[in-house]
Amino acid sequence: MTVAVIVFPGSNCEHDAVYALRALGAEAELVFHKETDLSGADGIILPGGFAHGDYLRTGAIARFSPIMAEVERHAAAGTPIVGICNGFQILTEAGLLPGAMVANRDLRFICRHVLVRVESTDSVLTSNAEVGQVLRIPLNSYEGNFVFGAAETAEGVVLRYVDDRGEPDDTINGSTVAGLASPAGNVVGVMPHPERATESILGSSDGRVLLEAFMTSVAAVPA
Amino acid sequence: MTDDEYDAVVGILDRRPEDAELAMYSVMWSEHCSYKSSRAWLGRFRSDYPWVVIGPGENAGVVDLGDGWLAALRIESHNHPSFVEPYQGAATGVGGILRDIFTMGARPVAVWDPLRFGPLEDAHNRYLFDGVVSGIAGYGNAVGVPTLGGEIEFADRFSSNPLVNVMALGLMKEEQLVTRAAATVGHAAILLGSSTGRDGIGGASILASAAFDQTSTGKRPSVQVGDPFEEKKLIEACLELYDAGLVAAIQDLGAAGISCATAESAAAGGLGMDVDLDAVPLREAGMTAAEILMSESQERMLAIVDPGDVDAVFAIADKWDISASAIGTITEGGKLRVTHHGVEVASVPAGSLSEGAPRYERRRQRPDDLESIWADAPRLSGQIDLGATLHRLLDDPALGDRSSIYQQYDHMLFLQTIVEPGHDGSLIRIKGTEKGVAVSTDGDASRCFLDPRRGAERIVFESALNVAVTGARPYALVDNLNFGNPEKPEIMWQFVETVEGIAAACDALAVPVVGGNVSFYNETDGVDIYPTPVVGMLGFCDPMPAHPPRLDRAEAGMDVWLIGQEDGTDLAGSRVAGHHLGGRPAAIDFDVARRVVAHATRLADAAPVLHDVSAGGLMVAIAEICILSQVGVTLEECDAALMLDEAPSRLVAVTPVGFDLKIDDVPTRHLGVVGGDWIDQGPNHLMSVAEATAVWRDAIPRRMAP
Repeated sequence: MTVAVIVFPGSNCEHDAVYALRALGAEAELVFHKETDLSGADGIILPGGFAHGDYLRTGAIARFSPIMAEVERHAAAGTPIVGICNGFQILTEAGLLPGAMVANRDLRFICRHVLVRVESTDSVLTSNAEVGQVLRIPLNSYEGNFVFGAAETAEGVVLRYVDDRGEPDDTINGSTVAGLASPAGNVVGVMPHPERATESILGSSDGRVLLEAFMTSVAAVPA
Repeated sequence: MTDDEYDAVVGILDRRPEDAELAMYSVMWSEHCSYKSSRAWLGRFRSDYPWVVIGPGENAGVVDLGDGWLAALRIESHNHPSFVEPYQGAATGVGGILRDIFTMGARPVAVWDPLRFGPLEDAHNRYLFDGVVSGIAGYGNAVGVPTLGGEIEFADRFSSNPLVNVMALGLMKEEQLVTRAAATVGHAAILLGSSTGRDGIGGASILASAAFDQTSTGKRPSVQVGDPFEEKKLIEACLELYDAGLVAAIQDLGAAGISCATAESAAAGGLGMDVDLDAVPLREAGMTAAEILMSESQERMLAIVDPGDVDAVFAIADKWDISASAIGTITEGGKLRVTHHGVEVASVPAGSLSEGAPRYERRRQRPDDLESIWADAPRLSGQIDLGATLHRLLDDPALGDRSSIYQQYDHMLFLQTIVEPGHDGSLIRIKGTEKGVAVSTDGDASRCFLDPRRGAERIVFESALNVAVTGARPYALVDNLNFGNPEKPEIMWQFVETVEGIAAACDALAVPVVGGNVSFYNETDGVDIYPTPVVGMLGFCDPMPAHPPRLDRAEAGMDVWLIGQEDGTDLAGSRVAGHHLGGRPAAIDFDVARRVVAHATRLADAAPVLHDVSAGGLMVAIAEICILSQVGVTLEECDAALMLDEAPSRLVAVTPVGFDLKIDDVPTRHLGVVGGDWIDQGPNHLMSVAEATAVWRDAIPRRMAP
């Protein structure tokens, strides 16, 4: 049961993703973006960072990396795939998730803990949580403002930013969408970093329920 | 280059220098590269301690953290470029120092940015401040290194001479350490990374080694331009090269570019190098040999490689999509020979470029007006309204909330940050161990102006206390010495006093000085900055406290204590004295200072809150704890002067009822009890926690609002 963590040039959260997954008992391996064989992967993480320097648009170039053909194949086959932060951006650019990511409303990088509410458990990231559950997770991004395309149906939202009264909050970066899943639920993009919230000494361990859901889904993949 | 320096070059070569040679000597012998005005005194710093692996003189200092772990640390300035182009000046400052770290074999894991600007009332200072913070965020976040803290200080003298210092830390296992010494004759010199262009030509000599005047914006082409993506690829490629054992030695290209890297790589082994400039990938056509040699294009490294390993090096460079080009070969005989278009354009003894640089013992003279400045001591007026004074201090941008700045920096990357920005010292863990590394950067321009020696001693002890409150013991120091024009005797006097102060305090703490940076010529239209040493202290603990003290852990019912010698009259350079810059800062009692640091390290295992008392004095230190913990305090009555002066070496501790501080060698005083919604003194409300919070949180943002 192996999780492949894809490394693009400019990715920088890949080691953190591996560390967090291994601490929860998963087998996780780094896979370079020039590889063309992901047949051994039971789950895939696209980690945070600045793949290809965010040239053109964030995630725009990464979607042409050799490994993405494999990622797309896995997506269609139902493999659990989670894109975190830059990974979410890459999934939208690759068309594996709807919508697009634009700059934060205040045009500044944001690095702080935020509150997100679970909107649906129909995804490989949220299946272990409960609808309405509020989690405290770090948000660390400049282009984290998710928007649906004009012609797209706004559905699939699995995590929403909320304020401390539990109400949807778009004042953080301009969007309320913190996590989005494909219709089949196996491809999920999440803007905040669950791998940064697995130990209370780091400020919150609320991310564990999300990564554990992913691991449960990965373990359920037929051998 | 002075006439005497030119004559010295003629003497070395026994002939007149060619253009390219003159270019090389002029950058390598610039103040920024050669330290010609400061070297004579830097030997005062001690680094001969058992845990020092590499002391001053290499790209970064390296200390032993036990169990095979090493830490690399360095601090640097990028002052002049940041005045000319704040975003790129700051960005490339970050890039440059990261290269110094990974050139030693270590992955860079954190940076800190001590910054100094003119007052924010001035739009130009706001522009510089915003540009510098954006540059640090833009580069640091994209290159993937967390920024964990820093400092901000404001004073008029920095309006035309902002100070942008950056400290970086790297971690590695002992077997990963790489040094600069070139290995063997026949080794190839491979240039990795960005192509070479005209950006930053002579940055070291044109910018960093000269003062500014009205024409300075014309120096913009001399500011280097950074590409954090290129640097990130370079970091990964280099770490992979080291892992594969493919690099005999490596040197980063910083000030003086190819001139410096080739000369130092060769000279380190007492050898020479043949360099072919035609092999240097260029980003602009028609560059002359001198331009190629002086260019400070960023994100370049020079690897010294065994000929049998060259193909493997190219393969790794190709994997990471970075350029690699064999530009030279190590030779016998110690000569650096450079060819361009088939013609020899330079042939100089490699060592003469660095070791052969002049060394000046410039004249020193104590400023004549110092005695009268000391006599002009600030005094608190008879009737102090402590609440109103607190309000004014919390609204001071030098003291207010910095979260609008550090939330622009990714400070959570690497899952290592245990104490994040906003507390006294940073604390990071080394994953897989119980070890913790703490860092604080500290400067105090006002006090260093009033008394350079005492000011310098003070910042060292303050820095030691800032790491001690995380549970660490002060372990190593790097210093960034920012000064005006060294050709002025008063400036040289300030410099030598500063060196003596730092050295004495470090000796008292038994802390080695493992590296540093000198930035002279911070002067515009004849006005020099205050003497502004900035120290970066590294602390070490093994094991880390399970629950390190933080400023947000105070709870109702806890006791508030002051540990340290009180004074009540130490107002010289204080925030409450404001623009009245006069008086003489109190002398530091080294024994008391050392004891307070030791108590802090010990108490960190159990005390929920420990806070160094510094700018703003005791009143502000207490208010900060109340604001971050969102709870009030009832303070016992005392003289307002004790709440506002800035006597050194003091610590506030907040502890649960019944806690035994176990201190009998330093004065301690019970200050009050935590609770309620107000900061009270006796029966008097000074400020509500809500109001204090609002004022403190808005101090910087309201001045930066468009």
